[in-house]
Amino acid sequence: MAQRVYITGIGIITALGNNTEENLSSLMEERSGIGEITLIDTIHKGKFPLAEVKLTHEELLDQVGLPHKSNLTRTALLGMIAAQAAMHSAGIDNAKDSRTGLISATTVGGMDRSELFYEKFLADKSKGQLRDIVNHDCGDSTERIAEFTGIREFITTISTACSSSLNAIAFGAQLIKAGLVDRVLAGGTDSVTKFTLNGFNTLMILDKNKCRPFDDTRAGLTLGEGAAFVVLESEELVNREKKNILCELTGYGNANDAYHQTASSPEGTGAYLAMQKALEMSGQTPERIDYINVHGTGTSNNDLSEGIAIERLFGENVPAFSSTKSYTGHTLGAAGAVETVISILSMTNNVIFPNLNFSTRMKELKITPVTQLKKEINLRHVLTNSFGFGGNNSTLIISKC
Amino acid sequence: MKDIFITGLGNVSPQKTFDNSQFLDEVVSFTTNQLRCQDPNYKEFVPADLLRRMSRIIRFGVAAGKICLADAGCQMPDAIITGTGLGCLEDTEKFLSNMIRSNEEFLTPTAFIQSTHNTVSAQIALLLKCHNYNFTYVHRGLSFESALLDSIMQLDSGAVDTVLAGAMDEMTQNTFQIQQRLGHFKQKPIDNLHLLEDQSRGSIAGEGSSFFMLSSKPGTKTYARISGLDFFFKPAPCEIESRLLQFLKNNGKSIETIDLVLFGLNGDYGFDNIFHNLMEHMFPKTPSAYYKHLCGEYFTSSAFGLWLAAKILYHQTVPEVVLFKNASSGKFRNILFYNHFRNIEHSFILVTQT
Repeated sequence: MAQRVYITGIGIITALGNNTEENLSSLMEERSGIGEITLIDTIHKGKFPLAEVKLTHEELLDQVGLPHKSNLTRTALLGMIAAQAAMHSAGIDNAKDSRTGLISATTVGGMDRSELFYEKFLADKSKGQLRDIVNHDCGDSTERIAEFTGIREFITTISTACSSSLNAIAFGAQLIKAGLVDRVLAGGTDSVTKFTLNGFNTLMILDKNKCRPFDDTRAGLTLGEGAAFVVLESEELVNREKKNILCELTGYGNANDAYHQTASSPEGTGAYLAMQKALEMSGQTPERIDYINVHGTGTSNNDLSEGIAIERLFGENVPAFSSTKSYTGHTLGAAGAVETVISILSMTNNVIFPNLNFSTRMKELKITPVTQLKKEINLRHVLTNSFGFGGNNSTLIISKC
Repeated sequence: MKDIFITGLGNVSPQKTFDNSQFLDEVVSFTTNQLRCQDPNYKEFVPADLLRRMSRIIRFGVAAGKICLADAGCQMPDAIITGTGLGCLEDTEKFLSNMIRSNEEFLTPTAFIQSTHNTVSAQIALLLKCHNYNFTYVHRGLSFESALLDSIMQLDSGAVDTVLAGAMDEMTQNTFQIQQRLGHFKQKPIDNLHLLEDQSRGSIAGEGSSFFMLSSKPGTKTYARISGLDFFFKPAPCEIESRLLQFLKNNGKSIETIDLVLFGLNGDYGFDNIFHNLMEHMFPKTPSAYYKHLCGEYFTSSAFGLWLAAKILYHQTVPEVVLFKNASSGKFRNILFYNHFRNIEHSFILVTQT
């Protein structure tokens, strides 16, 4: 019999705040982190809003107590802050006291520094500071987080576009169930870069206003940045150490939409299959789900496809749902972990954070998101979705203990 | 872990490995330090209209995957799991360079869309209409090993019966120049077939994509079994030997039962001594082989190594071009494959005869 997997710690940094408390109070006060572009040098300043973490490179280094000369990317720094917070939250002082793994996720890796390098390198191939390019790959931020948190037993990185960090959490749970480790720090990190901003702009899916997930007039997503991690621990370890449990991770599922490299299928096939697989693993029926933290990017295509999949799976009894991307923006590779942490905050505080900027129901759907803060609501099982390019669709279910 | 059977292979590399009926019958030599893939006829694997838009890594990754599926006679794998160190470099560099040169104006989306690291596994799923589990690992010198571990876990748990597992990395002119400046590649061009004779820093650059059909049961064709996998980080020098002994013990093997050791020697004298030391201490008389002179060095070159181990067990022969020390005419039952990437990421894979 496979071990149960519990979540015992969380850490998060987003445009809503630099720690869990700040994120929670922004959510409770329905305060979005989306605003004007202030930190990146781009011609799109003033044209599109962003959900930036309001700390400069130097301020991020201060947060982790490292000298300003340290060669770290923004992605690594955001990850280190959230990862360390998650370990503290789980009451872990020494990662080596149990077999501990680290599964991180990212899509852009060290692109913020690579952009600086390439500006000089393209003009002259002997130019560009090598220290700006050595951290380009996705594994770099993970190894930095590993060093910072003292994890050495098992380390890897997942990159499946915008479902990356949900998949990292799911893989972490599998490692524990397989008995390879007792504990996993799992999550993801991504920083806003010119590369991603321009990339999404060429796809014409950036809203010029703040994103309006699941609204009939929605016009695209708002990019965000951040990092979030959870600490997963085995049933045995939790019992032995009498750990404080936040919730149980009861189900996850991954399926491929196999429809188009970037667009979601009109029937929401991948989304439907991912949710179905997660439900099956959790042993729950659809009516037992009390809240869905939807992927809900605010693009015309995603929200329609996801909405159709939800209506197909839940029928007439679609649970309360909202997209918290209206607060954090779309944090890409970090989104799955960011929204898992927000789902945990919902469950442990008995609240549903409303979907901001919603006014009109989509004409193709019967369902509307939660638009007012719901308090004192018992959330027994919460489902969260994360979907990415390449039709990569993932769902995770957490359950109250 | 239960034994995992390799029931199909697909390998596009700087050698003519895309034809499964051959086994390094003809060896390609290079006069530059950047080994490039030998191209199969891609039109056999991808419709022409799709092919036009695909960058090289997508072409050779998808081709390797489809060769593997055909070899195993599999229409629909239960999972597709891949590893890549740097992903779709050409598309990433193209979008990045265009963005800088044109000051963020007049950009088109294709290169951006294809720059995500899971593009090859997604494209294979798309071509097959495969809705199953689809994961991509991107952890430097352990990207492929991570994909392999996930595959083994999926098969072990009984969640799936077949996994299309593979790895891919491409080398571009820009990244070659950057890594040469970093000292990862040799400064002067050498003959790749004499890689180990060159006593200098750095290796030679490579690329390629190798796929494996992994199954919980033997197939119509079974190349070999994967009987053990272990990987670890930044070991102390003494730790490697003890970890290896433990690995062999865990898998019911001893030094004496290993018929061949496959080493990830890459010609960088700063790092190859780790292999030499292990060989001298633990396997002084055991036949050994190497392969990076054929495919070059890259984050997922261990996938080429696993291909070689599977082919050696299947054909029961060690091609002369890969033989390192102690030729043997005996049977090959157990191959120990040891690779490390710049002494940071280390891996052991035990590959056995079926």
